[in-house]
Amino acid sequence: MKKKIIFVILAGLLLLSLVVSAAGCGQPRLKVATTTSLYDSGLWDYLAPFFEEEYGVKLDIIYAGTGIALEYGMRGDVDIIAVHSKSREEQFVAEGYGVERVPFAYNYFLIVGPADDPAGIKDMNPEDAFRAIYQAAGNRFISRGDDSGTHGKEKAIWASAGYDYEAVKTAGQWYVEAARGMGPTLLMASEMDGYTLTDIGTFLSYKSELELVPLVEEGAILLNVYSAIAVNPEINPSTDIEMANNLIAFLTSSQIQELIGNYGVEQYGEPLFTPCAGAEPES
Amino acid sequence: MTELWEALVTAVKLIISLDPEVMQIAGRSLAISATSSVIAALLCLPLGSVIHFNRFPGKRTLINIIQTLFSLPTVAVGLFVFVIFSNAGPLGGFGILFSPTVMVIGQVILISPIMLGLIISALSATDKAITDTAVSLGASGFQMAAVTLREARFGVLAGLIMGFGRAISEVGLSLMVGGNIRGYTRTITTAISLETSKGDLELALALGIILIFIALVINIGLNRIQQR
Repeated sequence: MKKKIIFVILAGLLLLSLVVSAAGCGQPRLKVATTTSLYDSGLWDYLAPFFEEEYGVKLDIIYAGTGIALEYGMRGDVDIIAVHSKSREEQFVAEGYGVERVPFAYNYFLIVGPADDPAGIKDMNPEDAFRAIYQAAGNRFISRGDDSGTHGKEKAIWASAGYDYEAVKTAGQWYVEAARGMGPTLLMASEMDGYTLTDIGTFLSYKSELELVPLVEEGAILLNVYSAIAVNPEINPSTDIEMANNLIAFLTSSQIQELIGNYGVEQYGEPLFTPCAGAEPES
Repeated sequence: MTELWEALVTAVKLIISLDPEVMQIAGRSLAISATSSVIAALLCLPLGSVIHFNRFPGKRTLINIIQTLFSLPTVAVGLFVFVIFSNAGPLGGFGILFSPTVMVIGQVILISPIMLGLIISALSATDKAITDTAVSLGASGFQMAAVTLREARFGVLAGLIMGFGRAISEVGLSLMVGGNIRGYTRTITTAISLETSKGDLELALALGIILIFIALVINIGLNRIQQR
């Protein structure tokens, strides 16, 4: 009797694991490493079914900061990356890891903070706003601190404002490194009544959870471009380059560009992204 | 408090309505952890017996090492497995990174020390007279081990349950080598991590409650067997 029960349990488990592995095999899969800001906005979950249906391939979307997404690409662990850090993307392609950098959508970063704005940065330009936060030194600034595209942008703004980033990092307790994705960083800024730099997409999709308001929205430096790069098949022999190219063609097709341009309108009252079909947007 | 209450309500609703995505995630969590537990048990039962019934130099040290590995950090195992199975790593050729298979491999590494250590201590706690009697009655090594394991079944089963518990509750490893891919490698714990980062605390808590519920059912089942 006891043996029978154990046998039934083991057989059941075996069946269960077969089902799980069967769900994985049999269908071709394309691995995409994407930045958290694209993932958290829900854009991939929205677009993936269209692609999967058209090409009969499963999209494995792995979310990570731009830094680690590029690392996955360099190690050949994914077929394609979708990130937002122009200089590092260009380096990625120049070093032979990626085939070509194809911008497909953009939006703007913004600086958000508590509604009473203790550092008084409202409507300043981004550089002045950072200077004001630095000089006030009493209001928390929550940095992504994770080598992501957003973190890269933050460093660029500090540099443009005339600060050495290493010095900013250790300037005082007001500078907080979250070392997490955009969503958690926003939640943290909200909890701590701090300022942070965010992409508009993630901000709008988390808005209902946050006690933060947009304070700085104008400035050429705030442009945020998302590009897709197929991983060079010479680096990753198992890259499905054809399917990766299909995905890029898909993202830049007029039909999908329209979907991207309208994404979020229903839910947030404004679009999260502006499509730019393969061309670098003008800021 | 309202958040906790709402989480409980959400959990009950998700369970009762058999929400397809949640059921799929729960099933996957269970399948992956159960597979790793069965594999780890199949490795550790014989290995534990071999270590227990043999005298060899360094036995004490070996057991100390096994017990130290109880505290293996899940992210460290994750990083190790990631580096090994990454395309740039030594076993990259298998192409199994970011799949359930590699999650099972990682969990086996993670939970084997616990199972092994607890099996050995359960065996050590049995009455030496039983093994002696078995041997004097002419039992083979295998029969002797079987008799002793049977005698130690409470402790052994506790070890297996501990291993399973660690497998189904860990998140660092699954996140790192599985990638939390929706519909493929997303488990309850990685879903909790994602929903928390999205700020959907109720759903995250509800998933936690479902995890505990699964563990409860498994433990009741195993206890039934134990008491026979």
